Amino acid sequence: MSQIHRDDFGSKMGMWLFLFTELLLFGGMFLLYAAYRFAHPADFVIAAHRLDVTMGTINTIILLTSSLTVVLGIVALQRNSKPLSLFFLGITLLSGVAFLINKYFEWGAKIHHGIYPKGPELANMSEGEGLYFGLYYAMTGLHGVHVIVGMIILAFVFVQIYKNQITSDNFVRFENAGLYWHLVDIIWIFLFPLFYLIH
Amino acid sequence: MTHHETEHKEHTNTGYGIYVLVWLGLVSLTLITVSLAGFNLAGLTVVTALLIASVKSTMVINYFMHIKYESTLFKVFIAVCIIIFLVIIILTFFDLTYRPEILTK
Amino acid sequence: MEAVLNNENFYQYKGKHSGILGWLLTTDHKRIGLMYLAAMITFFVVAMFIGFFMRLELLTPGETLMKPEVYNALFTLHGVIMIFLFIVPGLPAVFGNFFLPIMIGAKDVSFPRLNLLSWYLYMAGAILAVLSLFTGGGLPDTGWTFYVPYSIRSTANVSTALFAAFVLGFSSILTGLNFIVTIHRLRCKGMTWFKMPLFAWGLYSTAWIQILATPVVGITLLLVIFERFFGIGVFDPALGGDPILFQHLFWIYSHPAVYIMILPAMGLVSEIIPTFAKKNIFGYGPIAMSSLAIAFVGYLVWGHHMFTSGISDTSRAIFSLLTFIVAIPSGIKVFNWVATLYKGSIDLRTPLIFVMGFIIVFSIGGLTGLVLGSLNTDIHVTDTYFVVAHFHYVMFGGMGTLFFGGLHYWFPKMFGKMFNEKIANFSVVLFLIGFNVLYFPMFIMGYLGMPRRYYDYLPEFKIYHQISTVGSWILVTAILIMIINLIIALKKGKKADNDPWGGTTLEWKIPSPPPLENFEVEPEVTKGPYERV
Repeated sequence: MSQIHRDDFGSKMGMWLFLFTELLLFGGMFLLYAAYRFAHPADFVIAAHRLDVTMGTINTIILLTSSLTVVLGIVALQRNSKPLSLFFLGITLLSGVAFLINKYFEWGAKIHHGIYPKGPELANMSEGEGLYFGLYYAMTGLHGVHVIVGMIILAFVFVQIYKNQITSDNFVRFENAGLYWHLVDIIWIFLFPLFYLIH
Repeated sequence: MTHHETEHKEHTNTGYGIYVLVWLGLVSLTLITVSLAGFNLAGLTVVTALLIASVKSTMVINYFMHIKYESTLFKVFIAVCIIIFLVIIILTFFDLTYRPEILTK
Repeated sequence: MEAVLNNENFYQYKGKHSGILGWLLTTDHKRIGLMYLAAMITFFVVAMFIGFFMRLELLTPGETLMKPEVYNALFTLHGVIMIFLFIVPGLPAVFGNFFLPIMIGAKDVSFPRLNLLSWYLYMAGAILAVLSLFTGGGLPDTGWTFYVPYSIRSTANVSTALFAAFVLGFSSILTGLNFIVTIHRLRCKGMTWFKMPLFAWGLYSTAWIQILATPVVGITLLLVIFERFFGIGVFDPALGGDPILFQHLFWIYSHPAVYIMILPAMGLVSEIIPTFAKKNIFGYGPIAMSSLAIAFVGYLVWGHHMFTSGISDTSRAIFSLLTFIVAIPSGIKVFNWVATLYKGSIDLRTPLIFVMGFIIVFSIGGLTGLVLGSLNTDIHVTDTYFVVAHFHYVMFGGMGTLFFGGLHYWFPKMFGKMFNEKIANFSVVLFLIGFNVLYFPMFIMGYLGMPRRYYDYLPEFKIYHQISTVGSWILVTAILIMIINLIIALKKGKKADNDPWGGTTLEWKIPSPPPLENFEVEPEVTKGPYERV
């Protein structure tokens, strides 16, 4: 008994409610971050110096740009410019890939130097630094998972636009996918200063 | 409660331009927050960083996520969510700030 | 889209799939509610027997039936099943799913396929929980609360159980999401927010807690899994982690969770009382608003589970004060219910007996909550049997009683048959007797110092344990009679008509069992849900 009745407003409401759950999921970890930074302020500064600010800034700008292109894609579709819409969506997906590649190199470098939970170099650091990196991997890791999920969702949308299942008259799924992607962007907007810019 | 009214409201299609402007604002704020990190703001470091991040997020939520143009209901929902989250942090910190052992570590 | 043919009900409807697939691939909210019901009764009976064996072990001091490790595993499993598989999902998943759309005049929920996904996630979580029995290091013995550092160190199958709880949380979140959108979007013509039945208000408030609180425990459990596998350090004291932070995050969900458990139940009471008092509910507005108030204030009190854990004195005082405040909206409900009964034309049928029992038992539980919420008295009774009694009175006596009460109230509508009321009434009364014999002695022995989760005890507590165990036998007997009575009614019960109890809400206006799309024509509502004449 699938409902054929269409309710775009309800659909969007549902997506927002889901975003709230994501916010609180990360919120729990932000709470832990706040607690441990409060307890080990100096250690967090020392640990943060090991991160590459340039890399982090580039990644931030990549995600901000990808949020822009997803919205431009929606506007293009609303104006019936299907190829333009797919173009913008494609850029969004490539941005996601770029972000993940950067992340791979960042993590790779740390792991290579033994800076990871239960790693040799981490054992030499103070408890506060250890906690910083525990949170770093958990939070950026879970964020990365969400980037991947977001990309999969956007890929589905790409196919559906291509097949004319999402059109200028019926694009709430595109908007909802965009909402998810913007959330991923917002989480990073907070992660970036909290992990990279503590000086 | 009619479903029809709300659907008409959201189709205020914005042009490309406003989004590009928002993007420029976001990138600027990012560069500002990075350069501020170079200064020693002592106790204000966290507050400043969070403030700028909040402004950026508000821009993303209002424009990219279209909340500025959406029904008030969504704005109320978002407010409820944020309030609950902040309340949780504040109540937890009533414990953390007054526990002596934590501060001496 | 097939129309209702020949007065066929939703069981008879032949959709795309037939047989068992017609159930496993259904998107009909009524079938989904029944699938939850079947699963839940099974899990409840299993967990009930676990409790039965726990009480049997405690019949005598020292080893009676089992080794201590087994006992620890049993109380963990009892808690995990009862809380995550029965009480938290309970009323929304079964009766919310079946009746919310009908009560607001809709054909189904806003996202029927998401609804089916919720059920599959529920079953997946259940299977994972059972799996933790048989794989790896065996059943977790951490208690359902999974406190660190033991949950990090224990060699038992903690990660599987944690992941099961995570999956179940997802199921809960999606149900809440579905109900919020359904209530906002699918109310029928004329049904303003304040003409909506109070059960719907209860479900709405509950749904917000499901959305905003569940993810917090989700991430917490996930982090314990990360801790076990990767040693990230956030909860492990050996790495600088703070175990109390785990408790904070855990209870930030688990306290609001108890309101997920009770708000739909209270909503159900607001349905049953007007039906059997033959009178409009007293104080509709305050009752509706009190549901929202409980949902909100419920976020502010979690620290009362941690009074002796080592949190700061300042926060203890604050949490104690907030805990007293949250009792107020519940009180408002009880007063309004009693006022509804006053000068009503009371028809003392089975569902109303359940409700009467609930009010007494829940009030006892609630009042003892004040002892626990009060910092100075809590110090003495925390982690004793006093707490065990308290939460069984409010959770089991509260939600549990009403789960079975709701089952009896809505049985004729769901199955089109009436049950034997004499046997049902006998079973409720026996249930209430057994319940009090089982749990009341726990208040006393807890107050006298008997610790909870203890496998062994001092001789001075023996008499209380023995009375309690006998109570468990009475209770189990009552529940078995109750369930068997209903199963027999499924086969041999008299046919039920549309409105066997004389209720006024929309579900009583349609056939028993309902047709596939609930209403032939979208209803239009012009008065309050409980108004008569």
